[in-house]
Amino acid sequence: MRRAFLANRGFAGAVLMFAVLFVVYQSMHPRGFSTAVFVQNANETVAIAFVAMAQTVPVLMGGLDLSVGAVMTLANCIASELVNGSPLQILFGCFVTVLAGTAFGLMNGLIVVLGRIQPIIATLATGAIAIGLALTIRPSPGGDIDDDLNWAITNTVFDFAETYGLADDGNAAWLAPFANIPVPLILLLVIGLAVWLPFKRTVTGRTIYAVGSAEGAAFMSGLPIARAKIAAFTLAGFFASCGGLYLAIQTSSGNADVTQAGAYTLNSIAAVVLGGTSLMGGIGGVVGSMIGACILRVFSFYFRILSIDPLLQPLIEGMVLLAAVSLGAIKTLRVRNTLELFR
Amino acid sequence: MNPLSRLAPENRPIAIAAGFVVVIVLVGTIYTLATQGTAPLLNPNYLLQQLQIGAFLGICAAGMMVVILLGHIDLSVPWTLAAAAMMATAVGGPMAIPTGLAIGLAVGLFNGFGVAYLRIPSMIFTLGVDSVMRGLMVAHTGGFAPQTAATPLMRTLAAEKVLGIPVAIFVWAGVSVIIALLLRRTGFGRSVYATGAKERAAYLSGIRTRAVIVGAFVTSGLCAATAGVLLAGYSNKAYQGMGNAFLLPAIAAVVLGGTHILGGRGRYLGTLVGVVLIVFLNSVLSIMQMPESARQIIYGAVIIGMLLVYGRGGRKTS
Repeated sequence: MRRAFLANRGFAGAVLMFAVLFVVYQSMHPRGFSTAVFVQNANETVAIAFVAMAQTVPVLMGGLDLSVGAVMTLANCIASELVNGSPLQILFGCFVTVLAGTAFGLMNGLIVVLGRIQPIIATLATGAIAIGLALTIRPSPGGDIDDDLNWAITNTVFDFAETYGLADDGNAAWLAPFANIPVPLILLLVIGLAVWLPFKRTVTGRTIYAVGSAEGAAFMSGLPIARAKIAAFTLAGFFASCGGLYLAIQTSSGNADVTQAGAYTLNSIAAVVLGGTSLMGGIGGVVGSMIGACILRVFSFYFRILSIDPLLQPLIEGMVLLAAVSLGAIKTLRVRNTLELFR
Repeated sequence: MNPLSRLAPENRPIAIAAGFVVVIVLVGTIYTLATQGTAPLLNPNYLLQQLQIGAFLGICAAGMMVVILLGHIDLSVPWTLAAAAMMATAVGGPMAIPTGLAIGLAVGLFNGFGVAYLRIPSMIFTLGVDSVMRGLMVAHTGGFAPQTAATPLMRTLAAEKVLGIPVAIFVWAGVSVIIALLLRRTGFGRSVYATGAKERAAYLSGIRTRAVIVGAFVTSGLCAATAGVLLAGYSNKAYQGMGNAFLLPAIAAVVLGGTHILGGRGRYLGTLVGVVLIVFLNSVLSIMQMPESARQIIYGAVIIGMLLVYGRGGRKTS
C-alpha cells in the first residue's frame, strides 16, 4: 500500500494540481462549467496531450524523443492532403497518416537500436528529416479537410451523432447522459487508454520500464531490450501522428511550421515532467502525461480570463515551468548520503 | 589494414569529419564549375566570409562542448544569446560588452545551481531558464525588435577586417585557444572529463564535482553571450529569436566532432571541425539553391550517416 502510494506520488500530485487549477478556472470563467467552454478546452488540449503521451514512452525507457513535434507536424501535413472526399477516402487518409507517423517512429527505433546512436542525437537528426518531408508535402500552410468530420470531431457527442445521423440524430434517450461530453476528450481517452494499458502489461511494455530503471539488470535478466526500444519509439510515432491528425482535423489545415514543431517537442517534455514521469526513466506513465498536458493548457486558459498583459505571459509560463521542475529538487534535500546524488 | 583504425579512438571521428569537409567542398566546386564555370568555394575571400558567419556558431559550440563533456546539455543558449545582445545594445557605450557578458555569467551561474545543487536534469532546467529569459526579453522589448543599435566596438569586433581577415574569426580563434587550454592544461579541464566519465568516482577522488558543473555552465553562458554580442555587432542590432538558429547546429557540431553526448570523451579540435563541416554544408546547399525542405532532410541524413560511420557505441551490459 505504502509502496503503491510512493510509486504514484507524482501522478497523484499532478491530478490534484490539475483538479484545483481546473475547478478554480471554471469558477472564475463567466460561462464556467458550460458545455461550450469544456468543448473549447478539450479541443485545445488534445494535440499537446497526444504529443506528451508520445514523449512519455521513450522517456520511461530512459531516452528522449526530440522528433515528436516534427512527426506530429509531418502527420498534420499528410492529413491535410488526404483526409477528404468520400467516407472511405477519409478513413484511408486517417489510416495512412497514422501509419506514416508510426513508420517514422519505427525508423527512429531501428536507428537507435541497430545504429546504437544515442536517442537524443538520433531523434534530433530524424526530426529535421521529418520537418523536411512535411515541407515537401506542404510548402505553404493550407489544405482541405472534410467539413462534416471537422464539425463532428471538434464538438459534443450530440453534434457527432447529429452530423452522421446516428442514434436518431443524437436525440435517442440512451445517448442523453453522454450527449454533452466533448468528442475530443473521448478520442483522447479511448485511443490513449486502449493502446497504452494493454501494452503496458505485455512483456515488451514491462521491459520498457525495466530498461528505464536499470538497463544492465534488464539485459542480465534476458529481457527483450532491443524489441522494447523499437516498440517505444514506434509507439511514440503512433501517438505523435494521432496528435497531428487531430490538429489537422481541428484546424482544417496543415502547416509545416518549424517553430511550432519545436514548441510542441519542448512542451511535451514539460508535460511529461509535470505528469510525474521521471526523466531518468522507469517511473511514470502515459496517463500522467495526459494530465501534465492538461495542466500546461489550463495555465494558458488563465491568461485569457485574468486579462494578464500578453507581454508578461511568456515570462509567467517560463516561471511556472521552472517552478514545476524544481519541485523535483525537494527529494535531494532528504538524501542523507551525498554519494546517492551522483550517478 | 584500415588506416583509420590506427588512429586513437577519439581522433577517428575528427579524421572522418575532416575528410567529409573536403568531400563537401569538392562536390560544391564540381557543381559550381559545371553550372556557372566558377569555383567560389575555393576563393579565399568567400571562405573567410563563410568562416566569419561560422564564428558565431563556433563560439556557441565551444561553450556547449564543455557542458556536453559533463554529460549535460545547455538548452538555454538561444535566449541567453538574444538577452546578452539586447542588453548590450540597450546599455550601449563602453559598458555594452561587459553587460552582455554579465548576462551570460548570471544565466550560467543559475543553470549550474539548478543542475549541480538542485540535481534537476539539465535538459529540463535549462529549457525552463530559456523560457524565462525569453519571457524577460519579451517583457523588456514589448515583443518588438529593439530600436537600439550596436556600439562601434561591437561593430568592429564582428564586422570589420584586419589584414583582410574578419575580426570575428580572431575572436573565435581566441575563444578556441582559451577553451582548448582550459580543457587540456588546467585542473578544471581534467575535472570536467573525470566528472563527465563518472561523477561518483570523480566525487570520491576529491573533485568538487558540483563546482565543476557550475563552471561548465558558466563557460557555456559566457560563450553564448559572446556570440550574442558579436551577432548584434554583425547585424548592427538585436532582434527577437536571434539565437534560435544556433542551438541545434551547436549540438550537432559538438557531436559530429566526436564528443560523446553522454560525456567524458571528446577533443576540442573535433568541435572546430564539426563547426566547419556544418558551415560548409550550409553554404554548399545554399549555392545549390536547395529548397528548405531538402536542406532539412540532407541535414538530418548527414548527422545520422556520420554517426553511423563513426562506429557503433558499445552495448550497455553492466
